[in-house]
Formats: sequence, C-alpha cells, structure tokens
Amino acid sequence: MPQSRPLPEPTPETLPFWEAARKNELHLQRCADGCGKAYFPPRRFCPRCGSRNTEWFRASGRATLYSYVISHRPAPGFAPPYAIAVVELDEGPRMMTNIVGCEQTQDALRLDMPLTVVFAQQSDTITLPFFTPVTGD
Amino acid sequence: MGHSIAVVGAAETTDMGRIPHLSQIGLHADAALNALADAGLSASDIDGVATAHESPIALCGYLGITPTWVDGTGVGGCSFLMHVRHAMAAIKVGLCRTVLITHGESGKSGIATTPLPIPVAGSLEGQFEAPFGAVWAPTIFTVPMLRYMQRYGVTEEQLALVPVIQREWAARNPRATAKDPISIGNVLESRMISYPFRLLMCCLVSDGGGAIILTSADRATDFERPVYIAGAGESAETTMISQMADFTTSSAFRVSGRLAFEQAGISHADVDHLMIYDAFAHLPFYGLEDLGFCRPGEAAAFIAERHTAPGGRLPTNTNGGGLSYAHSGMYGMFVLQESIRQMRGVAPAQVEGAKISVAHGVGGWFSASSTIVFTNERSL
Repeated sequence: MPQSRPLPEPTPETLPFWEAARKNELHLQRCADGCGKAYFPPRRFCPRCGSRNTEWFRASGRATLYSYVISHRPAPGFAPPYAIAVVELDEGPRMMTNIVGCEQTQDALRLDMPLTVVFAQQSDTITLPFFTPVTGD
Repeated sequence: MGHSIAVVGAAETTDMGRIPHLSQIGLHADAALNALADAGLSASDIDGVATAHESPIALCGYLGITPTWVDGTGVGGCSFLMHVRHAMAAIKVGLCRTVLITHGESGKSGIATTPLPIPVAGSLEGQFEAPFGAVWAPTIFTVPMLRYMQRYGVTEEQLALVPVIQREWAARNPRATAKDPISIGNVLESRMISYPFRLLMCCLVSDGGGAIILTSADRATDFERPVYIAGAGESAETTMISQMADFTTSSAFRVSGRLAFEQAGISHADVDHLMIYDAFAHLPFYGLEDLGFCRPGEAAAFIAERHTAPGGRLPTNTNGGGLSYAHSGMYGMFVLQESIRQMRGVAPAQVEGAKISVAHGVGGWFSASSTIVFTNERSL
C-alpha cells in the first residue's frame, strides 16, 4: 500500500465528531427540541425539524451490518479485496465504514450481524471509526 | 389535452464507442450538427441551450449561438432528461422557442474530458465515505444492492440475467458495442469488480454523444416525425449513498416517475416501451419497482419471465443499454435517443406500433432522477 487512503478534513460543523474519534469515542448529535432523534452526518440543525437547538452525545458504538460491497480493485491505502460497509447504529443513523478483525468474504460478512466500533489512528489529527464483529461471550 | 412540447430533431454522434478524432466539445458539436440536420434547422434557429459536464457557454461560443435561455443543470447522467423538463417550462412561458440539448463525453479516449468531480476532503462524502474506499462508481452505486437482495431473496443468478437479456437486445442493434450472446454462466464467471457485481454487470466505457432539439408542439407540425413530451418528472435525494433513506427503493425514482405519469395521464398498461438507465445491472430492478411496473421485490421474477426481453410485453433497454450499447459516463442522453427512435419507428429493434415510451434516468448513485414520457400521438 504505497499511498494512504483519502483522509477527511474536518470542518467547523464536524470537528467535534473527529475530536471525539481521536479520543476513541463515537459522538453523534441529536435534536434538543422535542424529537430527541439522533442524526448523522453532523450539522448544526436537526434535519427533521430544522431546529438549531442540538446537542452532542457519546453513542454506544453498537451497530449492525446494513449492506456492503467487497471491492476487488486496487485503491490507494487498501489491499483488495476489502469491504466497504454501511452500518446501522443502535441510535438509528447509518454510516459508512470498514469492517475489521474479520475475513473480507461474503461468508464472514453477514447482514444484520452485530458489530462494535473500534478506532484506528491515521494521522496526528484523524482517527477513523471502524467496526468489528461482536464475538460471543 | 394536446401536448405542449415536441422533439423535432434528435441524433447521436456520427460514430459510437471509440472516437479518437474528437474531443469532448467536438463530440457535443458533432451530435448538435447531426440533430440540426435531422430537424432541417441551423444553429441560428436555436435560442435555448442546455448541457451538462461541458459548459453551456462554451457550447454557445463553439456553435455560434446567442441564446435567450441557458440551463447548465448538472446532476449526473440524468441531467439531459431534466433539461427536457426545464425546457418544457421555458418554452411554455416564452423564454425561448427552440432548445438544443447536447451531450458528448470522451469516456474511453479521454480527449479534453472534464474531470469527474472528486469530493474535496472537507465535503460530506470526503469526510464520511471516501476514507472507507468508496471512491468510484463501482464501489458506491453498488452498495445498497446486498440489502435489496437479502430483503427480497434475490440471487446473483437473477442479477446476472439483466445483462444477458440486454445483450439479446444489443444483438439486434448494429451500433451496439457488445453484441455477442452471453449466458448467466458467462456473467458469473466474469471478473469480480465489487461483490456482488462482476464485470459484465457493469456498464461499458465509451466515447459518444447525442443531441435533441425541442420546440412547441404547435410549431412541431412543420417538422417530420415529431415526438411529443406527454409528461416529465424530476427529483433528488442525497449525494451520500450511505444516507439513502431505504437501500431497497429510491425516493428520487418514485417521485420523478409519479410526476411524469401523472402529467401524462397514463397508466402502466399504456406503456409500450421503457428505458431504464443501467449503469449497473441492479438499476432495472429499482427502476421497474419504483416506477410502478412491478411491486416491491417482484422485478427479478418479472425479468425472469422475459417481460422486458425481446418478445415481452414491456420491451426495455432495447438499444442494449449502458451494459451493452454504449456508456459515455452520462448515459441519460442515450436513454432519450432510444425512446425517440422508438417513437419515430426507426429503432434497430423497433417495437411494432409503439405509441408511448417512458425514459427514466438516474444521476450520481441514486442521487437524482428524471423521467420523461414520450408519445408519437398529438394528444393522449
């Protein structure tokens, strides 16, 4: 992997998300005006009602596998085959991620399987949230 | 009620597939000149110009047009269908009388082609999708399909049938890039690109273009073979595939399709011919269901029963589609061109007696949508 994967550039609206990720915490926002629903990606208003009264909170980090593809083509920073996944967080929102600690095969990657967040530092400022299968107790 | 707008000129680039002697704007001009000749008009007759990916201003300068109406709506491959809808409104209120819509893309040869927009690192896709490897269409557009397949029990074999049947149509079209018959086995043995999508489930990469000329239906009677616009729709959802509300249905498809059918005042049983933009093999599933030709989850069986195939009751993607005809990058213009050919009665795989054709386009990855209902009858 000669090159690194594309890294995000935080904006004023998303900086709290990336600062939390740097501390290995997954933070989301929710509406503080009634509905209380969590939302993603970050913005300074509730996407349902438009209220600017919102708050950040620490999410559980629990999710299930909603959908994915397994890319077999080379891409900077990736060793194919690798899965590009969308997970559904317990709090409701979905986010794109990679699944780690798991074979990148259709047999290992089962839709609706339980996952939990793990963090991988990419640079001084950027740590990405990945997800890994929850192993049986 | 009579239709207000008609297509009076339509043509593709002189060549299709590999065109090493023309740049992007040259492809636009080649298609425009062919469409003008088809209509018996010259550039000086055009007072409205619309295009995407190429600057409409550059096109005006290149062709020598000083317009009174310009539309540069650029929402991906369905932009040209949206231009049709916008032109309907513009002509109706008198902003212009004769509109030229062009497409040209040197997708294969890459001669002076506008770079695809790569999201900057601070954009929402740059922050929350690109870092995970979703960096080109085969790893973005495809992401919802496993959820669809799980919900409805659709198999890889059923997905593989889409390119097989479209190749049957392509075999009837001398201009199609890929004409040799293929089997489900051939598709499932082709190289894996982005599981569950294999090479033959992904569109071609081509050089090509097309242009159409629209004017009011009243003036269209002066032209040969006018094709009327009975209805049109458009919508948009999100540029972020991960944020598509439901991975098994496109809200942009549903809204756009409903608007077009309502304006045309038609039912699904009235439709003789259908075009569904097929950048990847799953799009006909979403298109058939979200436009209302099938109930949710029934498209795979509908296709397997050969309703969309040659001889079926809903001939679909009769040029061979983006999977087998050609795909320049923004395929929507070719969806329009094939619907217009069918309504003129001049398509290579002509549907006998067809009176109503529906052209459905997608922009980005389920990001935007536009639908046009064409007819060769003065009123429906």
